Amino acid sequence: MSESAVDTALLEVSGLDVFYRDFQALFGVSLSVPRGGATALVGANGAGKTTLLRTIAGAQPAASGFVRYQGSDVTAAPPYQRISRGIALVPEGRKLFPSLTVEENILVGASAAASNSWPLERIYGAFPMIARRRRQRASTLSGGEQQAVAIARALASGPALLLLDEISLGLSPLIVGELYETLSGLRSAGATLLIVEQDLRRAMDACESVVCLFEGRVALAAPAADLTREQIIAAYFGQDRS
Amino acid sequence: MNWVNAIIQGVLLGGLYALIACGLSLTFGVMRIVNLAHGDLAVCGAYLGLVLSTAAGVPVWVTLPLLLPAAFAVGVALQVLLLGRALRHGVLAPVLVTFGLSVMIENLLQVSATSDPRGLNGGALALASLHIGSITVSWLFLTAFLAACVVLSGLQLTLSHTSWGRRVRATSDDLDTARLVGVRVLRVFAGVAGVAVATAALAGVFIGTIGTFDPLTGANTLIFAFEAVVIGGIGSLWGTLAGGVILGITQGLVGQANESYAVLAVYLLCLAVLAVRPGGLFTSRQAAREVPAAGAPG
Repeated sequence: MSESAVDTALLEVSGLDVFYRDFQALFGVSLSVPRGGATALVGANGAGKTTLLRTIAGAQPAASGFVRYQGSDVTAAPPYQRISRGIALVPEGRKLFPSLTVEENILVGASAAASNSWPLERIYGAFPMIARRRRQRASTLSGGEQQAVAIARALASGPALLLLDEISLGLSPLIVGELYETLSGLRSAGATLLIVEQDLRRAMDACESVVCLFEGRVALAAPAADLTREQIIAAYFGQDRS
Repeated sequence: MNWVNAIIQGVLLGGLYALIACGLSLTFGVMRIVNLAHGDLAVCGAYLGLVLSTAAGVPVWVTLPLLLPAAFAVGVALQVLLLGRALRHGVLAPVLVTFGLSVMIENLLQVSATSDPRGLNGGALALASLHIGSITVSWLFLTAFLAACVVLSGLQLTLSHTSWGRRVRATSDDLDTARLVGVRVLRVFAGVAGVAVATAALAGVFIGTIGTFDPLTGANTLIFAFEAVVIGGIGSLWGTLAGGVILGITQGLVGQANESYAVLAVYLLCLAVLAVRPGGLFTSRQAAREVPAAGAPG
């Protein structure tokens, strides 16, 4: 990694080992996310993508290695401290609070807000599909609406770095298209995105760099423009690029 | 008229059961801790009331502004120093810890306060009663019932309409995700534990003014509180109030017919509810649903 990359990186992960009890999920994972960009994190099921995002968000402890954000070490910081510095995670499977209304879900997201740059009106402006459902219980919404609420809940904390885990899972291409349009709006507003995405084409379209994990290790990390689909697929299945 | 009287007394008594039970329900609903020492903490509240009101020579009500914050602080300390640590070691550890706490409290009280039954100085309120036709209602029972209604509805409103309540409900829904989106769950736990012990202490004060108490009163108190929670359904405070009232009415009506079956009837009712609607009578399917365990995603 060059000096200039360190200087401009919003997030820097280095040598991360993460375990679930005896099972090691990540092996010395290093990765750098530049400020203002979008990075796609791809890999097969069980490659460690979700674990990596959860470790960056503080939900999973790192056994060794470090997570550096805006130049300061946050490896040991609890989630609320990371959120108040501007890291927010949209978890896999949406994980809304089922007994809370849409609006309550979003407001809980603001509990440790970094800034109030995303008041409710602005959130509803960005996601018109959930504005009219604000008083409904989150569990009564459709999958696409629930995903929008999950993103809105993360936005309510005013994040500078948004971690998105499989937001298109189980949704129609139309809804996914809408969500990605909103994400590109967020990018133009200055947010940095780290996106776990199964749809390789969408990932390569939306992001300028791609990181591929294979069995808990970084198999490939390069600008999207320099990569072919075949190269990523090879890394995806752990085949050496030769 | 005796039957009407039995129902009224039952309703009023039910309020007291609900007041004891609401802390138990809250503790389980949010922290997933079954606090077996809850009844003993209520009795500790009664003893603290006894000490304070005797020392100052005033009715126990006067000591509440001191007693309730002290109980809240005890709850916070218990959660932070003991139960929170136990929670890190799985589901069973807190049950064992609260069981141990219960045994310890009962024995410490016997050593320090002897096992003589005691009563609290309820002042003029304890002797006054209200006559409606041929029915006599004790002001003390009525006050306990009203206090229970105020506490339970106040808690329910706080949970529904404040940002603290929102965080409590989010934590109760999904602890892992609440933490992930920035809720400081340990603070939520501490607050909930404080409220639970404060309500228990208030219930203890009413128990001590309405009847007598001794170091072992807590165990019986706990059983009734449990039954109110089981009948009403876990996590629903209105359900807990209704559960307490159903408990009280059952006890009153059966007691009217034959005093020796009153308590047995309550246990049978609780058993029947468990058999037919294990989630409780007043919970929606949503709330009765098992909260998904935090998994280990790949």
